[in-house]
Amino acid sequence: MIDLRLYMAQRLSALIMAPLVIGHIAVMIYAIQGGLSVDEILGRTQDSFAWFAFYGLFVLAVSVHAAIGLRVIVHEWLGLKGGGLQAFTWAVALGLLVMGGRSVWAVTFA
Amino acid sequence: MSAENGSLKVTVWRGDGATGAFETHEVPRQESQTVLDVVSWIQQYADPTLTYRFACRVGMCGSCAMMVNGVPRWTCRTHVGKVATGDSLTVEPLRNLPVIKDLAADMDPFFDKWVKAEAVHHPSETRHDPIRPVDTETEARQQADVGIECINCAVCYAACDTVAGNPDYLGPAALQRAWTLYNDEREANPEAILDAVSGVGGCHNCHSMGSCTQYCPNELNPLAAIAGLKRETTKRVFRRRRND
Amino acid sequence: MKAPPRAHPLWLAFVLHRVSGLALALFLPAHFWVLANAVTAPGQLNSFLHLTEQPLVKLAEFGLVFLLAVHFFGGLRLLALELLPWSDTQKTLAAGAVGVAVLVSGTFFLNAI
Repeated sequence: MIDLRLYMAQRLSALIMAPLVIGHIAVMIYAIQGGLSVDEILGRTQDSFAWFAFYGLFVLAVSVHAAIGLRVIVHEWLGLKGGGLQAFTWAVALGLLVMGGRSVWAVTFA
Repeated sequence: MSAENGSLKVTVWRGDGATGAFETHEVPRQESQTVLDVVSWIQQYADPTLTYRFACRVGMCGSCAMMVNGVPRWTCRTHVGKVATGDSLTVEPLRNLPVIKDLAADMDPFFDKWVKAEAVHHPSETRHDPIRPVDTETEARQQADVGIECINCAVCYAACDTVAGNPDYLGPAALQRAWTLYNDEREANPEAILDAVSGVGGCHNCHSMGSCTQYCPNELNPLAAIAGLKRETTKRVFRRRRND
Repeated sequence: MKAPPRAHPLWLAFVLHRVSGLALALFLPAHFWVLANAVTAPGQLNSFLHLTEQPLVKLAEFGLVFLLAVHFFGGLRLLALELLPWSDTQKTLAAGAVGVAVLVSGTFFLNAI
């Protein structure tokens, strides 16, 4: 249920995320040592434009990537198609974008 | 194995797909017996109304493919000894296709998709032109030669879970044929092929699970062919960008 | 999902990629929701983060990192399959992707405990 356009969007978002995922995993391995705390997380991210850009781009790419991925799964496994499938794809993309955007904002400039 | 080796319990599908049931027959076991032999035995000695399809019996025509114990196979070249679980065998019509009757699947949707994929030769010359030799050494020709032995048996199509979940998907056989023609230097309109495989049911729906390649009886590699189409269509996007 | 008779290594790699992607997509809203509360309700987040000291939660975190790693490395294999010239080593590469994912998530787990 995808054409060349959606395929390109999914593969390009994957390529964008490749370095971001490596960075995210490295941060997780580093940050998990000695446990997690709000101060530790915010100490790293607050007022940092670099972290805002890093995770902002990540959220943008993952919203596109996951929306197309879930679109395919919902079509192949649940048989959703047509307008319903289109609405579902947009709902996932925008939902993740808004929720992810809120959390990136919360740990950086809020 | 000899004829004294007892019998097989063979379960075959009877009906038109939507309605029908399994039926079990005792079939004597023979040396070097193929699944097609077994099906033919049932029709000749147990129930003449059993419907199935075959022609050449030597793996050339591609008409006898069926599901054997849940796996798509060319039945004329599949030995019972290799696929039976103990002494039982289940034979069903090819998956992912409508059933005409019993073991005969309706191949129309399968071949309709070949046409949809533009897997049809667009001639670049006429019969009045002199015959031009084809250079067999070029990279493109080698790519075309790899897929040319396809016998249209639809085993790959029945093996593909993407076809099962996404009825619009053109499937491995049609796409491999499209890739073969795309690489043929005598093809007049390769761009039309790339257009045809870029739509909603096109090559980009493939998840590279490789069941087509795993079960192709001729050991072809539709997975690689589809990857080739994805690569060329992707390249073309950037080529077009540059030309704009 | 039916089809066990047709299971083979690349099919299993496909299922792993799909299931890990699906699980990550379902986890993301929860992940975002917890983080969005970092500033608005820091006490709440801290008590949640305390929860992450539980051994069972650590195991779940390891599971999530594994899902991310296996989707990432499996996805790199697929990108290579689709963008680079064909290679006959797909089964080895698929197994390698799972191996590296175990290694990476294992490193995370050892740092977490």
